Amino acid sequence: MSVSVETVKSVEAATGGEYKYGFYTDIESELAPKGLNEDIVRFISAKKGEPEWLLDWRLKAFRLWLSSAAEEPAWANVRYSPIDFQDAYYYAAPKQAEAPKSLEEVDPALLETYEKLGIPLKEQEILAGVAIDAVFDSVSVATTFKGKLAELGIIFCPISEAVKTHPELVKKYLGSVVPVADNFYATLNSAVFSDGSFVYVPKGVRCPMELSTYFRINTAETGQFERTLIVADVGSHVSYLEGCTAPMRSEHQLHAAVVELVALDDAEIKYSTVQNWYPGDKEGRGGIYNFVTKRGACRGRNSKISWTQVETGSAITWKYPSVILQGDHSTGEFYSVAITNNYQQADTGTKMIHIGRNTSSTIISKGISAGHGQQTYRGLVRILGKADNARNYTQCDSLLIGEKCGGHTVPYIEVKNQTAKVEHEATTSKISDDQLFYCRQRGLSDEDAVALIVNGFCREVFQKLPMEFAVEAQKLLGISLEGAIG
Amino acid sequence: MLEIRDLHTVVDGKPILRGVDLEIVAGEVHAVMGPNGSGKSTLAYVLSGREGYHADSGEVLYDGQMLLELTPEERARAGLFLAFQYPVEIPGVPNATFLRTAVNAVRLARGEEELSAMAFLKEARAKLKQLQMDESFLNRQVNVGFSGGEKKRNEILQMAMLEPRLAVLDETDSGLDIDALKIVADGINRLRSAGRAMLVITHYQRLLDYIVPDKVHVLAEGRIVRSGGKELAVELEKKGYAEFSSAA
Repeated sequence: MSVSVETVKSVEAATGGEYKYGFYTDIESELAPKGLNEDIVRFISAKKGEPEWLLDWRLKAFRLWLSSAAEEPAWANVRYSPIDFQDAYYYAAPKQAEAPKSLEEVDPALLETYEKLGIPLKEQEILAGVAIDAVFDSVSVATTFKGKLAELGIIFCPISEAVKTHPELVKKYLGSVVPVADNFYATLNSAVFSDGSFVYVPKGVRCPMELSTYFRINTAETGQFERTLIVADVGSHVSYLEGCTAPMRSEHQLHAAVVELVALDDAEIKYSTVQNWYPGDKEGRGGIYNFVTKRGACRGRNSKISWTQVETGSAITWKYPSVILQGDHSTGEFYSVAITNNYQQADTGTKMIHIGRNTSSTIISKGISAGHGQQTYRGLVRILGKADNARNYTQCDSLLIGEKCGGHTVPYIEVKNQTAKVEHEATTSKISDDQLFYCRQRGLSDEDAVALIVNGFCREVFQKLPMEFAVEAQKLLGISLEGAIG
Repeated sequence: MLEIRDLHTVVDGKPILRGVDLEIVAGEVHAVMGPNGSGKSTLAYVLSGREGYHADSGEVLYDGQMLLELTPEERARAGLFLAFQYPVEIPGVPNATFLRTAVNAVRLARGEEELSAMAFLKEARAKLKQLQMDESFLNRQVNVGFSGGEKKRNEILQMAMLEPRLAVLDETDSGLDIDALKIVADGINRLRSAGRAMLVITHYQRLLDYIVPDKVHVLAEGRIVRSGGKELAVELEKKGYAEFSSAA
């Protein structure tokens, strides 16, 4: 049954104006000169006081990026004008005399910013029991709970700090999951990466609280190139959350992050994302280009990596959080909800690479398109020759709201071992007039009805999110589809 | 409470209701009976505001308001409840969530406070017991995998929770075996009260053995062609609807 005209109209009425995090913090910033060249790479490295080896690493990446070996990917199902990489700032940091040692020393304007975003850092520290690393443009401005975590031997700090305090760990793992030459944006990130979080959980330690990084792009014409590295040592366990927002601007801004996860024997990493970068306005002006490489390596036997993502923001999303299942009996999971409204485009999915024996992976992807939104699920399941008894289960469901949006599914399956068992299920559905009328007859507004139905559609994924995040995600979903109906 | 005056409706280019007049006073239960295709369900949809079922002429007064000018949710919040002939599935949404969202939407519109999760649960459990429904109903997804009888009981559960002023029951007996019918009818009878009116739409007299109406109307070819007391239903069951068809 087709969706009513009224419904479609209200989907179209959804505007970027509903974006609640679109404000700008007026704070004095230090910027690198505009553009990108070796001097800029040196500038960033110097700003962070990096050792020689890291500068060399960056420069090598930069030269590779310049060479024809690195090519901007053109295969994704997204359309945008060419990016002028010289027309952007690659480093922006709020000016402060010295790096703050505690929350008391953090610029009140910054604390206020995070408060407005719904993340009162001070209260979070006292009440919520969630440790937060707050990254503002190119630098980390605060990290909470560091002391308490340190007692357990857990390292949770900005990666720029880890480079100095734990160089051996950073050197060992940086680029070990996403190599410098991996892809165009990962290479660029390796050259100019700014801040992100570093997590190390020592042997046998179960991290007692959620670790969280909140990424905020503030300065105009600035790219954010976060780099996050999480290492879970033998038998350890950690749950990590990230959230992202940016001001509303009519020009596009680039966010090209790299996230690397390493799980050793019997270790488990749960990585959850609620991505809410500014999506652009209803005409498709502005918004973040979110070109991100996220990958985890289950290096150890019986290790587990689980990605859960709720993607509601960004003008364009290009993102495939993946798991390399090296260790025998290792497990990879990918749970995703992605929403494209207005003119948003998303080409997202995952790669599960089965190398070890008895490895298993699960992929649950829920795509929701409204307005003129275009969305592609792109997934690869690769079972290598030695991966005896590998298992994969994939389920891709698309929900379309209105007549002008699109949902596409592009699954790649490569099996080189006969004992493998690979299942793929895909559905495409629409919100029916029957469902809407049923809800409205019970007193729900159009918008509440759609939010309820869509939440139901996403339920399997939301159940994987940590409690507080699940509530947040449900609300966010309502906001993203606001005006989508009604 | 409800006054329908000369209601005409065209659906997909075909005239379905052709001048319906009907008046229901608070506290009364009216049955509308009629052959298939006589416009019974259309009447339910026009009253509840379903898209595609608009009145072409005539008017409906509900508690003094012009009912047809309200959106479906406004009608629901004003106390109009439709028990669906075919209750709709909403995958992934727990029944409790659906029910609580609905109850609170209606409460807010009435200027009442939202029910807390605990208060809601307490009330829902009591109603479930009355309807001989297992508590697991609350955790199941709305109508997904429900048997015909379960779906109809779920409608009555919603009605009990929403406490409407006017309930329109569209073929609530269809697809029910005799045991389920008794339970559903019992649930409906409990909800009869001085302040509440009901419009029971049915093809068969069977349901009216259990829900005894104050008045019975025969709808044929888009008009109320006869009205009477509960004995009219018995008469119809014996004679059928033949005498009301235009072929005669």
